[in-house]
Amino acid sequence: MNYWPLLGVAVIIVGFALRLNAVPVVACAALVSGLLAGLPLPDVLALLGRSFVSSRMLLLFVLTLPAIGLLEHAGLREHAQQWMGRLRGLTLARLLIGYLLLREGLAMLGLTGVAGPAQTVRPLLAPMGEAAAEKMDPGLSDADRDALRAVAAATDNIGRFFGEDVFVALGAVLLIQSFYAQHGIDLTPLSIALWALPTAIAALVIQSVRIWLFQRRLVRHAGGD
Amino acid sequence: MLRIEYVYGLIAAFLLFTAWRNLRERKLARAAFWLLLGLLLGGGDSVLAQQHAGRVWPAQLAGCMVIALALLSPLLRRRPHPETAGSSIRLASALRLGHKLFLPALLIPLLTLLVALFGAHLAIGGTALFAKPQMTLIGLGMACVAALFAAARVTRAPLHQGLAEGQRLLDAIGWAALLPMLLAALGEMFTQSGVGAAIAALAKALLPEGNAFMCLLLFAFGMLLFTVIMGNAFAAFPVMMAGIGLPLLVQRHGANPAILGSMGMLCGYCGTLLTPMAADFNLVPAALLELRNPYGVIRAQAWSAAGIFIANFVILWLLVFR
Repeated sequence: MNYWPLLGVAVIIVGFALRLNAVPVVACAALVSGLLAGLPLPDVLALLGRSFVSSRMLLLFVLTLPAIGLLEHAGLREHAQQWMGRLRGLTLARLLIGYLLLREGLAMLGLTGVAGPAQTVRPLLAPMGEAAAEKMDPGLSDADRDALRAVAAATDNIGRFFGEDVFVALGAVLLIQSFYAQHGIDLTPLSIALWALPTAIAALVIQSVRIWLFQRRLVRHAGGD
Repeated sequence: MLRIEYVYGLIAAFLLFTAWRNLRERKLARAAFWLLLGLLLGGGDSVLAQQHAGRVWPAQLAGCMVIALALLSPLLRRRPHPETAGSSIRLASALRLGHKLFLPALLIPLLTLLVALFGAHLAIGGTALFAKPQMTLIGLGMACVAALFAAARVTRAPLHQGLAEGQRLLDAIGWAALLPMLLAALGEMFTQSGVGAAIAALAKALLPEGNAFMCLLLFAFGMLLFTVIMGNAFAAFPVMMAGIGLPLLVQRHGANPAILGSMGMLCGYCGTLLTPMAADFNLVPAALLELRNPYGVIRAQAWSAAGIFIANFVILWLLVFR
């Protein structure tokens, strides 16, 4: 067993720990582990180039930017904030938990691309959340504002991750099924997907509690100053 | 037929536009960065096609371009997104346009949803309108274009202003936009160079084979840690299953394979919430939301991930050996 390629992992850990620019760190780690595995440099470069262009779909989010940028220029976020300010019953916790339910439900139906940080969190959820927070704490500090945006992004991720595994025709379930099939164990996708349901419910409850605790902390901050 | 490659072409065109605008503003490093990325996006098809035909030099050239991007990115200082309209102007515009502003923004998820649900049934003259495997992504690409037109109409602004605003947002995200693709390439490199096999061998050396509970615990933590390293639970799953899950848990201790597979994968998802290696979920949103701490989203997720991991492990342990 050749353990030397593990040094690529060490490059990543050191690079992230020193807070260096992540892009050269990752490129360096890829070169290190490829070369230490004994691959010749031309092969390493070809592998790097091929796998980079094979994952082009990860750049799809940039297409949302022109429309979102134009709407923000015309006051989208200001409008979302004002509208939230007028909705009395809608607290921050209710807004975020409602979004969590919707996101997880959509992901369970296989609709993961419908929402996301670029499509829904930045233009809609984050400004509405900020307005809801300002109803409780008119002098919302910059640190609290950043924390709130981060919680909105976290809610989006958690809803997506733990919903998508319940859907039968998506990557995760099919990967599990094909792994077992290669090793002579035949399972139906449904029998795998169903067992993701208990954790999907647990994730919903845990994140909802954390959202509620975050709201309580904001209220305390407002009372404190 | 609409194929995902057209969507990649659109992205490439937008990146080249961004490069051109930066060149005009004499921001040479930025211009070169977006130019290279645009060329990689636009030329990706022919790289893969040539590779398929047995010619590797385009892929090697692409690899060199990736290295060049990595060298350029420290020169791109992240700057907060400069507002082009003062807050009072934006507020007045918000009051004037009201809920109409929501329509184009909601068009993106709605059109994507419609294509995802009904796209399979659309056909023109017997050929399907959308290529099957990436239908949702094609829908998302179309929805973005439609939303740009709708936004230009609602705000009565010219289309090129939308592109310029998009360029400003993209410059604010900067090199973080590159990370998801680069990390995907790193994951592939780790797999090819045997990092996964080495980790599985280390985990096996640590393993107390007789105890089913300890085995399960090591499997769950292995999925978590390996996902943190690779940034992707899909990469961790086959390695941990082949090393520990299948031979020890299923075949020796009689674990239920469906439960072990499904909930083992979810252990990995908890790792995805914790790692900067999953840049598209953790670092890009931080840049998009203009957080001062690039790890802000991970910090917000950490306790949720810990809670979900514990809950998932307890449920797994209670169910899997029945």
